Amino acid sequence: MDWELISTSLWPLTRGALAGTIPLALASFALGLVLALLVALMRLSRVGVVSGIARGYVSVIRGTPLLVQLFVIFYGLPSVGLTIDPWPSAIIAFSANVGGYAAEVIRAAIQSVPKGQWEAAHMVGMSNSLALRRIILPQAARVSVPPLSNTFISLVKDTSLASLILVTELFREAQQIAAGTGEFMTLYVEAAMLYWVICLFLSSGQSVLERRLDRYVAH
Amino acid sequence: MSHTDPTHPAVSVGAPLLRVAGLRKSFGENEVLRGIDLEVRRGQVVALVGPSGSGKTTVLRSLNGLETPDAGRVTVGTDLDLDFAEKLGKRQLGRLRDRSAMVFQHYNLFPHMTVLENVVEGPVRVQKRPRAEAVAEAERLLDRVGLAAKRDSYPFELSGGQQQRVGIVRALALRPQVLLFDEPTSALDPELVGDVLAVIKELSDEGWTMVIVTHELAFAREVADEVVFMDHGVVVERGPASVVLGAPEHERTRQFVRRLLHPF
Repeated sequence: MDWELISTSLWPLTRGALAGTIPLALASFALGLVLALLVALMRLSRVGVVSGIARGYVSVIRGTPLLVQLFVIFYGLPSVGLTIDPWPSAIIAFSANVGGYAAEVIRAAIQSVPKGQWEAAHMVGMSNSLALRRIILPQAARVSVPPLSNTFISLVKDTSLASLILVTELFREAQQIAAGTGEFMTLYVEAAMLYWVICLFLSSGQSVLERRLDRYVAH
Repeated sequence: MSHTDPTHPAVSVGAPLLRVAGLRKSFGENEVLRGIDLEVRRGQVVALVGPSGSGKTTVLRSLNGLETPDAGRVTVGTDLDLDFAEKLGKRQLGRLRDRSAMVFQHYNLFPHMTVLENVVEGPVRVQKRPRAEAVAEAERLLDRVGLAAKRDSYPFELSGGQQQRVGIVRALALRPQVLLFDEPTSALDPELVGDVLAVIKELSDEGWTMVIVTHELAFAREVADEVVFMDHGVVVERGPASVVLGAPEHERTRQFVRRLLHPF
């Protein structure tokens, strides 16, 4: 290990994480969750066409590689006249991906809330949308934190794929320094460690969130 | 027997408040209601009894818009008249819900909200009453059922009997014209049943109009003005509690009463 190189490269890599990896993951996750909730509700719709569209969307997202989705958006779309910059391309691809995976999580979480909760909400006079917002989703949130945390942690690591469509993030910084110095082992292990540190933070964040949401459940 | 009810002075005491006529409902091939007629006067307590599968819970749920009958009429007071043979919109089912409130067998409290939040949720979020006023009323009602100290507890911290009393307060806070109870004590441990029945008895003494689905025949006899015995989706027999439960006319009623009073 070249400690000198590690200390000079630590800042560029950290900067790549702070300015690339982390905002990319946060933005994609936030947009992805909104999309996922929409897809989950469509999936639960009693209108066949609506739930069919949602089912098809989830199937395509889960059935095709993320890298291929990224390449279609960034390298493929320009040939049909639609050119999108690296950052927006990455955010579109990642949030579409989260939208597909998280939709199934949210759908299952909504369905896990007992039917009696809908009935009680209707009994006090709530419409479906108010019942969803006030009664069902808060309870579904608790069940969905562990699986959604998995989705988020996977996403953080998957953002390294954005290096292949020229987004400057942690892994692309590492690749560039490695190419200049020839120290591939050092730089890539260093990058791996930084991803790991980020994920450690996320895991502890997950525990805090779970404890908070568990305050109304018997232990 | 009827009482003055200060919260609803507009309708005269003893006048018919709730009328059900020709209620029919099928779940697939299974016809659970085969033409149910029911009349509940203001301040009256009607107990619906019968074997499981007789359709009594479906009648009750229909009165809260939780089931939509295939046919029949439900009239509440003078201003709500629903004909289920027509296709009814959400707005009309909503108007039915405005007039009735239900206490569920399994309480169905909102587990992520404190006792107080459970009670004020409907008044504040749906009825748009001022929060301070709703909280004051909730505290008064909780105090009445002996749960003032539990206002900030979550449902999981309460016993079944306490949860059901919160369920009753949640229903009262909606200021309904009719209270509906769906087997309010059948999920409770035997030693907790008494507290809940005492609260229901008090409400009947105060003049609340109530429809109660129950298996507690002794309680029905004590609190109900009228007992309606249902079997296989029809009303078999109805009348004063002492007659229907004490000296039933029909063989099916006799069998049912005998089995509940002498299970061995």
